[in-house]
Amino acid sequence: MGEPARVLFDEPGPRGRARIRLFTVLGLIVIAALLALALWQFGRNGQLGLSRWAPFVQVSYLWFLWQGIVGTIVATALAAVISFPLGVVLALGRLSKRRILRWPAKGYIELFRGIPLLLLIYAFLLALPRFGINLPILWKLVVPIVLVNVAVLAEIFRAGILAVDRGQYEAAAAIGLREGTAMRTVILPQAVRLVIPTLVTQLVALLKDSTLGYVVSYPELMKQGNNLTVYTHLLIQTYLIVAAIYVVVNVALSRLAVWLERRLGTRVRRNVARAEPAGAAPPTMA
Amino acid sequence: MQVVTDNIGFLLGGLLVTLELTALGFAGALLLGTVLAVFRVSPIPPLRVAGTVYVEVLRNMPLLSLLVLFVFGLPDIGLTFSLFTSAAVCLAAFGAAFVCEAVRGGINTVAVGQAEAARSLGLTFTQTLLHVILPPAFRTMVQPLVNIFIGIALGSSLAAAVGVSELTNRTQVLNLQSAQAVVLFLVSGAMYLAIALLGGLVGGALERRLSVRSR
Repeated sequence: MGEPARVLFDEPGPRGRARIRLFTVLGLIVIAALLALALWQFGRNGQLGLSRWAPFVQVSYLWFLWQGIVGTIVATALAAVISFPLGVVLALGRLSKRRILRWPAKGYIELFRGIPLLLLIYAFLLALPRFGINLPILWKLVVPIVLVNVAVLAEIFRAGILAVDRGQYEAAAAIGLREGTAMRTVILPQAVRLVIPTLVTQLVALLKDSTLGYVVSYPELMKQGNNLTVYTHLLIQTYLIVAAIYVVVNVALSRLAVWLERRLGTRVRRNVARAEPAGAAPPTMA
Repeated sequence: MQVVTDNIGFLLGGLLVTLELTALGFAGALLLGTVLAVFRVSPIPPLRVAGTVYVEVLRNMPLLSLLVLFVFGLPDIGLTFSLFTSAAVCLAAFGAAFVCEAVRGGINTVAVGQAEAARSLGLTFTQTLLHVILPPAFRTMVQPLVNIFIGIALGSSLAAAVGVSELTNRTQVLNLQSAQAVVLFLVSGAMYLAIALLGGLVGGALERRLSVRSR
């Protein structure tokens, strides 16, 4: 689990080592006790029996959850494919020299980073149909996700564009490229390359957002798990398995981001007003 | 506009619940997150492992998944909490993983020499952490913590999906009763926006306050 923070303590001496051993044993005992307590609680309520878990290796159950995973992938992929390019456009607007482009872009970013996704989804689900805007269920989920995430992505791309070396602008100008052409052919490709790891981390955010399909009854993993419990009444088992699937997929994506970061050499932090915590991958709350 | 003025008490009540959830969630997250961060920088292997596993799992679990597990899953093993308590606990547990990483990130920005100096004065691990490392570390943690605060405030809306009667939930309930729906969403949206912007402002002021002025 990584090196201990060497900053905080020296190589321990004999007494220090003894104390570390003591606390190690105590820590292990406490952790084991907590796990045992949890298992006991499961067992006491009859949730450990084979009949409560065995169904989940049946093909029909797995197929049902798999369809949920497909739904999740579809929603996440659609949201990503639509919001990534829009994020670039909004970032360019935010960086524009013209106020008429810059201000609306800035306003959009501030606005959509300050309202919760669920409120927006309820608006698309409940309010807008009264005005004749009645999207198919999938889009009632994807459109709000895109609207919110474009604001975040714009800040990521902006950080990427600003991180491209100044010399690149000067070189582009020196060979006679116009500003637009320079941005398109010289700056943007490098900026996108810089932010690729962050974009992968952002996929985790999109994936988490897609769980709100639960609210609009779009059959992604969360909703599909919920549907399953209606028939089986295996609540805690189903929700634990669903949560575990999300964690595994997201950890894999986070690892991929770290690997890409190492592979590509650099990583641009979102050096914007609300910077992300230093170290580790930027958290994606949802 | 009528629907807003008629139900202003109901909406403001929802705002209050949202604020309570946010405050409790953030306070809990700060507390638990700091403890986790101490676990992760401590020399005790099981504590480090426990901290790491906690952070990895909670950071990668969607908040809604956690809420649903807590609210609909736990009664199966005989643990039932009120909806409000469940939501507050989930927000705190979820936020703690992010706070832990923010605190750890802050600790890592403090120069090694500071800790070495503290140790050569004979300060213990706890003393070093409390009096030497954490105060300057806190300065770099302000922005990340503000982000986490805003994340928790916006995340508290998810409690609506499991039935907590907070701002988002009440907006949606009122919307079902009345036809002038859009206004309601605008008003609630503005309230969330105000929380987020205020959080950002307070954070900015705090950061300026804490920054070391070069004379």
